[in-house]
Amino acid sequence: MQRQVALIKQSLFDQGYLDEQFIELEELQDDANPNFVEEVATLYFKDSARLISNIEQALERGSFDFNRLDNYMHQFKGSSTSIGASKVKTECTMFREYCRVGNAEGCLRTFKQLKKEHATLRKKLEQYFQASK
Amino acid sequence: MDKGFSPVGLRVLVVDDDPTWLKILEKMLKKCSYEVTTCGLAREALRLLRERKDGYDIVISDVNMPDMDGFKLLEHVGLELDLPVIMMSVDGETKRVMKGVQHGACDYLLKPIRMKELKIIWQHVLRKKLQEVRDIEGCYEGGADWFTRNDEAHLLGGGGEDVSFGRKRKEFDFEKKLLLQDESDPSSSSSKKARVVWSFELHQKFVNAVNQIGCDHKAGPKKILDLMNVPWLTRENVASHLQKYRLYLSRLEKGKELKCYSGGVKNMDLPPKGSEFSSVHQSPGKNSYAFSGGSSDPKQLASSSVSDPSSDVHMPPKAKKTRVEFDPPISSSCAFDSLLSWSDVPDPLESKPQILYGSSFLQQQPLPSQSPYVANSAPTLMEQEMKPSYETSVNADEFLMPQDKNSTVILQDLDLSAPSAISSINVTNDTESILRSLSWELPESHHSGFIDTDLDFSWLQNEHFLANTGLQNFQLQDYSCSPSLLSELPPHLWFGNEPDEYTLMVDHGLFIS
Repeated sequence: MQRQVALIKQSLFDQGYLDEQFIELEELQDDANPNFVEEVATLYFKDSARLISNIEQALERGSFDFNRLDNYMHQFKGSSTSIGASKVKTECTMFREYCRVGNAEGCLRTFKQLKKEHATLRKKLEQYFQASK
Repeated sequence: MDKGFSPVGLRVLVVDDDPTWLKILEKMLKKCSYEVTTCGLAREALRLLRERKDGYDIVISDVNMPDMDGFKLLEHVGLELDLPVIMMSVDGETKRVMKGVQHGACDYLLKPIRMKELKIIWQHVLRKKLQEVRDIEGCYEGGADWFTRNDEAHLLGGGGEDVSFGRKRKEFDFEKKLLLQDESDPSSSSSKKARVVWSFELHQKFVNAVNQIGCDHKAGPKKILDLMNVPWLTRENVASHLQKYRLYLSRLEKGKELKCYSGGVKNMDLPPKGSEFSSVHQSPGKNSYAFSGGSSDPKQLASSSVSDPSSDVHMPPKAKKTRVEFDPPISSSCAFDSLLSWSDVPDPLESKPQILYGSSFLQQQPLPSQSPYVANSAPTLMEQEMKPSYETSVNADEFLMPQDKNSTVILQDLDLSAPSAISSINVTNDTESILRSLSWELPESHHSGFIDTDLDFSWLQNEHFLANTGLQNFQLQDYSCSPSLLSELPPHLWFGNEPDEYTLMVDHGLFIS
């Protein structure tokens, strides 16, 4: 089991899903908070789901309020840096760039990719925490 | 008074609408042995702060919050509570960082935030306390008797409750002692060297007189005195002030050297993360304006600027040493350079010191490392102290000419002087006493040390007052909590402040509980 845990973790880093922030979180984990990383990850996915839904609604409206979208994405990006969600963060940056130039098509495309990365990360982390127990 | 300074138990209020970050920051701050209170809303944070005005030492807040702009919160905290505030954001855009600085943030951290950055936030708190102590000392120092008599009504009428100083007021009983001391020792007839309070107006008169005469090096104290038309002022007062002024001018010329030097500072060994600019590093090229603080760059510049004019054997080496110890991230230097060009500040020395002001204490090195610096220069401190004020005064003067950049220098000087001033107060090279003076019990230690000292602290006052001289918008010491006035000002008037603000500050200092 230990080996599996290590493998999952390694692949997460190798494939760029996570960055050193995740390690920082692990270093914060201690006896007082033995499940700190998992708690943080859970919190992140809960909160980010909310943000994704907000963005989705805003995009569905079709009016493309780039300012508002950028705001949401700013929040999302900030949130994603908290656990070191590297790929998700990259998509956020791209999305914001599209917002900046007012490229609706780019926004939609990037958002789709972002959701995909987000879902993948979630699954992998779930595996990881499960294996760590 | 014997309590050594310790950041343990620092009461931090963290404000962030992101629950994930709030949780992480709470954990991180607890690991720093701080006492943490978290808050998800700005309004809630303000409520907490107002409820317990003395309940927190420092506030860390995100820039983007749903209910209130982080900058607004920053303003409120600065204005009402005078607490140091650190801003956070995932966005390190120069513009935003600048805004933070203008609103009085003493630091601007980029997310993801590292432990190292949080470990040194106590330095902001300490610096602020030192600042306040100096303010009060300076205001009460010599001539206070005259000062209160003539300006009390004006100053005290300046503002309402000043919470920040309210706290300090009670602690500074020595203020009263000082006044009594001065009353029994009127400046005009004392055998002791008269301690003149070089107020904003006074210095302005001085500078006007000097300018009127033409070249300052040709202007003699007598002439200046005559032109100033200040009955109680003596030729001696003017002479010493003029000396400082000249030294400052000469130091200005060396400023260019310092600019090159600061470039050299980049190679210092302090890990970038340790300073506020570490956050800048995270976003290379973007956050060069990690304003307040952690950059050791300013400090070095400050040290160098202080040491230069003094031609004091002790100072330069110490200054250099300080530089070596505090490694400012490269970006900080860049920040300054760009800041300079942007704000059209001619003298890098002056600008940098200002920024450094905040950072000078934000070295990873604990205070003790500053002590040797201070201690070593203690013997020459008296002379040294005179010098920094010159910078200030000159700057003020410069401001009378059309520039405002000097405000930064003044801050720098203020900052620089702080440790040296404080240590000199103790008049010992004893690291422990210096530490003591810099402890949380600062007011008390200052109290005793200050009264006993023979040092002429008029220069301290100079700094405060001169900082405002000539520059309408220049804000004095209260670097970390600039009121919103600053937000409207162009960059080079960062610390700009109305003269009223100045008097308010003076008021604070003079107010006796």
